This record gives sequence, structure tokens and C-alpha cells, in this order.
Amino acid sequence: MTEQDLPALTLADLQAFLRRREVSPREVLEALRARIEVVDREIGAYLSLDMDAAAKEADKANVDLPLGGVPVAIKDIINVMGQPCTCASKILQAYRAGYDATVIRKLRAAGAIPFGKTNLDEFAMGSSTENSSMKLTRNPWDLSRVPGGSSGGSAAAVAADEAFGALGSDTGGSIRQPAALSGIVGFKPTYGRVSRFGLVAFASSLDQIGPLTKTVRDSALIMNAITGHDPQDTTALNEPVPDYAAGLGNDLRGVRLGLPKEYMIEGIDAQVKAAIDAAVKQMSSLGAEIVEVSLPATEYAIAVYYILATAEASANLARFDGVRYGYRAENPRDMLDLYGRTRGEGFGAEVKRRIILGTYVLSSGYYDAYYLRAQKVRELIRQDFARAFEKIDALISPASPVPAFKLGERVADPLQMYLADIFTIAANLAGICGISVPCGFAEVDGHRLPIGLQLLGKALDEARILRIAHAYEQSTDWHKARPPIAAAVSKA
Amino acid sequence: MAKTSDLDVTYVARLARINLTEAEAKVFQKQLDDVLQYVEKLRQADVSDVEPAAHARPNFNVFREDAPRDWFTAEQALSDAPRKANGLFIVPKVVE
Repeated sequence: MTEQDLPALTLADLQAFLRRREVSPREVLEALRARIEVVDREIGAYLSLDMDAAAKEADKANVDLPLGGVPVAIKDIINVMGQPCTCASKILQAYRAGYDATVIRKLRAAGAIPFGKTNLDEFAMGSSTENSSMKLTRNPWDLSRVPGGSSGGSAAAVAADEAFGALGSDTGGSIRQPAALSGIVGFKPTYGRVSRFGLVAFASSLDQIGPLTKTVRDSALIMNAITGHDPQDTTALNEPVPDYAAGLGNDLRGVRLGLPKEYMIEGIDAQVKAAIDAAVKQMSSLGAEIVEVSLPATEYAIAVYYILATAEASANLARFDGVRYGYRAENPRDMLDLYGRTRGEGFGAEVKRRIILGTYVLSSGYYDAYYLRAQKVRELIRQDFARAFEKIDALISPASPVPAFKLGERVADPLQMYLADIFTIAANLAGICGISVPCGFAEVDGHRLPIGLQLLGKALDEARILRIAHAYEQSTDWHKARPPIAAAVSKA
Repeated sequence: MAKTSDLDVTYVARLARINLTEAEAKVFQKQLDDVLQYVEKLRQADVSDVEPAAHARPNFNVFREDAPRDWFTAEQALSDAPRKANGLFIVPKVVE
């Protein structure tokens, strides 16, 4: 194992090497640093690195802990003590976190090393990472395309072998969609399964933290570390946590998979559809029974989401007022001028649009027509899933209707950008868990662009979803494919 | 400005304490009119007798022990402040 090969390891393989003392945590970190130096000039996945602090952690790491000595990248919306937490927003450009989020505390307790913060759409609002006020992140499979979003930095970093695993957050698909577009695994746990204390809040009834990794097993290993109750997050569920990695297996006998007939919509890319059809056949050959199901309220999911998520965001982002931390406009005349200019100058366009929309749908005279109605339709969506899960163990769909789109292609039309989340959003509204696993490639303009298979499971059924996803993944070679940029560095 | 919804972007932005340039207001008005037109489809859903869902998984009366714990010192809490003095946040004069 040379230094150049190290970054290509899966998290599980790295952990095995570390435990056998074939490599030291410090050597791993140095190899990763070297890889980031070469590759990230092209990709732009990271917003900040804290390698000095990480090196100190590496030197005293206990490799016998579950994630001992494993560096993990963190989406820059999760607080890591002493590191920046910009949310890719000008309003938090100079902010430094004064504490660790619960997931960071848990990762550290498991021996992992949070060494760097990854790019995102500002405050996690977007599907391409182009809403970052900091920098552009490029898709490792085709540098002229987006990595997906909002956890696009985390997805691109893992895909380009610049991270062994990463944390992201998923409010409407922000883990699963970039994982699909970047050719990796992205897992969104059940609402409340993982504490959000220390995650900067976007839409509190939808946000959930989860892993982005090279394999399903790697996601299970990170889930083992971060899952569980937290008295500091009242929505964190107080339920027993199984060993997700120990539960993985290779066959699908007796598993019932639901194909929602509403999900094979117009507008779905032909190559994406072909890849999903092939994956369904493959899972059937592994013993799964395929059942057609109906989720009629699905067609309302995006409309419901953009009312509820913006309403919640308008309240959550009221805290950015230029008084206690973050950016403040220069020479304010009075308080109103301070608030108005700080927020006008500090927030980017998409964040402003969403706060305005959210304020509007909550305002007197419009609340019933928009907000209350959306909450009722949300209940219909929740009931659709509850009914479906009486008959099946998991739902199958694409994670995204299209492969990665071109940088700049959708930025001028927010509604087009919102439609990128059509397959992922309903899971957040229903509070259930879901995963995206690589299931093939589309050939576009001479580039191979990854396609993601989404599996959704009922609330608290993480172990089963990971098991099904793992069995499918291990029966294919899709997860072993690496983007040209990562392959080129290894060979150099 | 041609509007297709009741939304007045300039007015609502003021409520949300966000100063917009005229150019921003114009672009946002069009973009948000499009979004509001799209969400009109919710009117087709039959929601009679449906209870609104605030959360997917309702979780009531979550308590924890009211115990002291280590947290920020005043100095740490002020460390990211844009302006501070004497252990306080400094803001423009509020009362005459």
C-alpha cells in the first residue's frame, strides 16, 4: 500500500489497515492531505481544512475504537469546535464554532477525526451547490457539471477520493441527490434518528444528518457512531440502536420491494430509467419480490415542501441579524437599517427568495391557503407511505430524474432547480429513511455520469434498508468505478 | 410590473427585514410568481377531514433534567460579535 493508493480505500478497508498497524493515522492523514492538494484545485469540495489540529488528533488516536484514526469530512453547516462554520454564506464568513455538534462529539468518541469542512448550497438551500457564496464545486465525473446539492462538497470529496466518508444534511434530498449525481452512497436516516444539536437549522421538521460514503457498509459504520438519543435535541428519538454493519447480508430472499407507479414520470431521463429497470431485475434475481404500489399524493410533494420548508426557514434564519455574530453592515443608521442591510448584503439570492416566500405563506390572510393546506397535504403524503409499507419492505425509484446537469444550466430558474428533488422530497415530508446507491452510468457527451438507485424504508427501519442496499450493491460493480480524476492521480 | 399572484416582494422583504435592490425585487417577483403558480396545484388535493401534520412523527412533552452543565462563558459568547465592549454586544441606539 503506497501513500498514493491510501485515499482510494473504503472506510472499512482503511479501518482494517489501521487496526493491523499496517499504516498509522498520521500517515493516512498525510496521504489525504496530499490527495486534496492535487485534486481539490479542480474539484473545489473543501471550504476549510484544519490539518494541524487533525494531525494532533491523529497522533493520539486509538485505532481500536470503531472509527479510530479515520478522517471524516464535515458539511460546513455542522459546528466543529474552533473551525469555521460558514454555511457557505457571507453572513457567517468570519464565524468560528464555539462548540461541537452532538454528531461531532459522537464521531470523536468513536475515534474519528473531523479535519475539514465541505462546500454546500448556502444554508443547504439548493440542489447543485451553485448557491454557495464561497466557491464552485465540480462533479468529479465531468468537471463541467454540478455535483448535486446541497451536500455537493461532501459528495464530490468522497467521489474524488478526497475523503473516506463525510457527513451531510438532508432536508429534501440534500444527501441522496448529490450522492446519486456523484456516484457514491448517501443515506438519510429517519427524522429524529440522529441528533441535530449543532446543525444550523434550515427546516426543523425536515432536517436530518447522515453519511455520504463509498459503500453501504461505510454508511453503516458511520451510522453506528452517530445514531442515538440526545437530551439536547427534543426531536432526537429515544429508541435502541442496532449494529447496522453487523446486520448486512447478501441475499434478498423474502424481501418485498415496491415500485411506485407514479415515480416513472415523464421527464425522467431514458438512461436513468433503463438503469433503474436493470437494478429492479437484478434485485429480483437476488430473490426480492417486486410489487407495484401507488403513492397518489406524491405529485404534491414539491409544492408542499416549498411552502413548509420556506416557512420554517423564514423563522430559523431570523437569528442572523448582525447583532451577536456573523456579518454586520457598515455604519448602520438605526436598528432597522442594521437588520435590513445586514441581511440584504449577507444572504445570497436563493436564501433571500426563500425567506420572502416563507414569510409570505405564513402571513395573515395567506396562512390558511398556503401553510395550513400544505400541512394537510403533508398528512396525505405520510398516509400514502404508511399504506405502502403495510405491503412492502422498501420502495424503489431513481434518486434523481436526470444525471448531473451542466453548471449554470438551471440557476436562472429556481422552479426547474426545485424539480431536481422530485424523487427525494417526499421522504423528508413523511419522516422516513432512504438511501441512494450507485446503479449504473449514463453516457453523455463522451462522459460517464453516475446514476443513483433510491431505496426508501419506513421510520426506524434503517437496518433493513442498509441490508437491502448492501445486498444489491455487492451484486454489482458500480460502486467500484472511480471518476477519471481520481483514477489519474492513483496512476501518476 | 406584471404580477400573477398577491405577493408583493418589496413589502414582504421589508417584513422579513431584508433590503432588496430594485433589480433583485424585480427578478424575485417573477421567480416567486412562478413558484406560487406551481403550488396552486395544492388546491386540487382533497383535504376535507385531514388533520394538518406539523411533523411526520409527533413527539410530545419531551423533558430533560434541568441540570447545570458547562457551556459558553460570556467571553466565548462574545467572541464572534461584530461589535462588543465591556462584555456587551454594541448596537445602534434604540431608545431616544
